[in-house]
Amino acid sequence: MIRVRDSRDKEAFTELFVHFAPRIKGYLMKSGANATLAEECAQDVMTTLWRKAEQFDPTRASLATWVFTIARNRRIDMLRRDRRPEPEELPWGPEPEPEQSHVLEIQQESARLVEAIAGLPENQRSLIEQAYFGELTQAEIADITGLPLGTIKSRIRLSLDRLRHAMK
Amino acid sequence: MLAYSAGTLPEAFNLIVATHLSMCDTCRADAQAYDAVGGALIDHGPTAMTAGALEKALSGLDSAAPAVAAAPMTRSALPEPLQSYVGGDLDSIRWRPVGMGVKQAILRTSKGATARLLRIPAGAAMPDHGHNGKEMTLVIQGAFQDEDAYFARGDVEIADSNVQHVPVADIHEDCICLAVTDAPLRFIGLLPRIWQRFARI
Repeated sequence: MIRVRDSRDKEAFTELFVHFAPRIKGYLMKSGANATLAEECAQDVMTTLWRKAEQFDPTRASLATWVFTIARNRRIDMLRRDRRPEPEELPWGPEPEPEQSHVLEIQQESARLVEAIAGLPENQRSLIEQAYFGELTQAEIADITGLPLGTIKSRIRLSLDRLRHAMK
Repeated sequence: MLAYSAGTLPEAFNLIVATHLSMCDTCRADAQAYDAVGGALIDHGPTAMTAGALEKALSGLDSAAPAVAAAPMTRSALPEPLQSYVGGDLDSIRWRPVGMGVKQAILRTSKGATARLLRIPAGAAMPDHGHNGKEMTLVIQGAFQDEDAYFARGDVEIADSNVQHVPVADIHEDCICLAVTDAPLRFIGLLPRIWQRFARI
């Protein structure tokens, strides 16, 4: 991504495309888009990645997180035509040189998060996935699974706590 | 917060969350953590793109204009997400009286939930009311308190159908709040109930 950002490297973009485009498409289809729309939307997101490359800051979020936020916003635009207000940028003061150790830390954290999610018991993982992808409110998840709303809430909280714990 | 990160909230609730995040660093950090979970989740279950997708993307790159970075922060009492809904600063809000000195301005958002700015004169009380759904109230200026707690600038009160309260604005200055509801309020007195029909509260 850094190569795309700093030297507009198309070969690097190709690598990103091969990695992320199918993941974005998969995410969009899980959120209810059909294959054509998901494909088109994934194309859009990849183009946005290229256009917004300059705004990517590896000290603040991992690449996967950044891609997720772009894909999510695009999905809202496309599927719902709602605006999604963003918080304003905070002035952080003069930017220090990005510290390599910090970048590395975020990368390692992301990798651990992926592992931690894979390590969750199946029912917890599917709940979190539904909450993120399924366009479902917790009340709707309760309806579908037949579990009481309180149980859903505490399970989601438990899963997120576990993730947090696994990250420490 | 999870729903904001997942992008499944109605627009009006997104607005109040974004505005609060503009004022609260702790919650902003939380939101970033939720985004990170989303980022990790997309790693599961990729779906193959159709043939030629890559070539199509590559050919579009040269004509794709670089994105302009977000507008710089402006000094204002209104956090940015609100400014764009109001169309300016505090003095561009078009207040309409709703009775007892309270004024409101309804913001344009999609259906599913309603966002409004409320201006309660210093020291004045809102009529006693309950909620049919969820109500989130974010303090933009001044402060208010009800039976349970005291809320100052940046604080959010979350009320649901179990909460019945009489919010009172702090006496130091008029209190301006962003209130988001997904169902009409339930007033106790008869007069407020009749007036409610006209004021769209």
